[in-house]
Amino acid sequence: MAERPHPTSPATSARGTYRLAPILRPSPVHRRVAAWLERSPRALRVFTAAERRTKEAVFGCRMCGQCALPATGYACPMTCPKQLRNGPCGGVSPSGACEVYPAERCVWVIAHERAASAGRADDLALLQRPVDHRCSGSSSWVNYWLGRDEGLWTGDDGLDDRPAIHRSPVDLGLPAVRR
Amino acid sequence: MSAPPQLRMAGGLRGALAAGRFAVTAEIGPPRGVDPHSVGRSAALLRGWVDAANVTDNQGAHVRLSSLAGSLLTAEAGVEPVMQLTCRDRNRIALQSDLIAAATLGIPNVLLLTGDHPRFGDHPDAKPVFDLDSVQLVWTARTMRDDGLLLSGRPLDPRPGFLIGAVENPFAPPTDFRAARLGKKVAAGAEFCQTQFVFDVAGFARFMAEVLDRGLDTRCAVLAGVGPIRSLRAYEFIRTKVPGVHVPDEVGRRLRGVPADRVAAEGVAICVETIQALRETPGVAGVHIMAFGYERGIPEILERAGLERSARAG
Repeated sequence: MAERPHPTSPATSARGTYRLAPILRPSPVHRRVAAWLERSPRALRVFTAAERRTKEAVFGCRMCGQCALPATGYACPMTCPKQLRNGPCGGVSPSGACEVYPAERCVWVIAHERAASAGRADDLALLQRPVDHRCSGSSSWVNYWLGRDEGLWTGDDGLDDRPAIHRSPVDLGLPAVRR
Repeated sequence: MSAPPQLRMAGGLRGALAAGRFAVTAEIGPPRGVDPHSVGRSAALLRGWVDAANVTDNQGAHVRLSSLAGSLLTAEAGVEPVMQLTCRDRNRIALQSDLIAAATLGIPNVLLLTGDHPRFGDHPDAKPVFDLDSVQLVWTARTMRDDGLLLSGRPLDPRPGFLIGAVENPFAPPTDFRAARLGKKVAAGAEFCQTQFVFDVAGFARFMAEVLDRGLDTRCAVLAGVGPIRSLRAYEFIRTKVPGVHVPDEVGRRLRGVPADRVAAEGVAICVETIQALRETPGVAGVHIMAFGYERGIPEILERAGLERSARAG
């Protein structure tokens, strides 16, 4: 985590990850667990540490707290040295290498391959909203189960309505911006 | 928009695109130093030949005069500026503040990009910011202009009125995602797009076919990036050291196939031919000429490519 972001290829196959992912999908049980964790600071710390360790090992997770993995072929865009959430920069080499770390493959090239192999290439066309840096270090799973991740991205193509960049208000227990 | 009208050029980039005229933009690199006339000198070479000129934002992560100041000096010299703004050095607060500044000072066009990583610049020890990415920055500018809102949700009154541009590199992997990526920028609000150098016109035409397929050309004008390679050293540099540029071997063969004193002329000839081929490529709305340190040669290139001065003198 303290390390600089560098492109990280997931340790698990695209097929396997897409197959496993549904077990994390929010359910009443997940929501109850998340709500209990929020009330128990020590349990939340242990849970968050376990999540960090798992996702660090598998995805190179940097604990942004607002997981984009389901829309990026389960390759983490926060491992891009520019932390781009909406696709690769223009500096990718012809061989697919990262411009900043030429020994590594661009994480978006990896994401595109993985998403395409699972028939999910269209996911990469979703517009990813700006990262909320207040979530950094928090459990993305808890945020996901409590519905705080809704609106991380939108499929709007801007043709009928202009897609709104704002996320629906997320209660992080922090002072609100005064209008 | 209540911008000072003296900075508005007749027609300009917006006018050229609205009229469906083949648009021409070029690039001005602000100086490293405080010479107040340097930008004006570069701009004077382009006056009348281009619809607008980009003013780069610490290009290649090398410290220069800011693009905001450079844009004002460009406008003063009678050339419509396109202010480049990158996500590299500013968080969302500073980005929005600079967009407000640009609109307040009457800069009619902004080009919003991610920016080169500081590692390649003259301050590799700098903190890379990248708080927003280029798609999100385009989206932010569009929200400020069309919805009159900041990212905080606070109202912006009066609203800016700038034309919003973005960039794309049709040749960088994953190449079959590049048109879709431009589509994201268009959905976010990009009205024009300048591309990385095009030397491989056939490859570019394949990209444009997908742009047309997706209907993006009707919402966003694509200006193809071009520029002359005037020496074998420049050829090697651009081929190996500039991230994301694809130079086909054919270009090298032609440059090596002429006597040493003819390489520069051959490079210019290749550039002229590329522009002519791009004018025939479906969906291409114009060209963006990048000729670092050779701005004086731009009029000749345009004239030989059949893009006369009279059409854009204003």
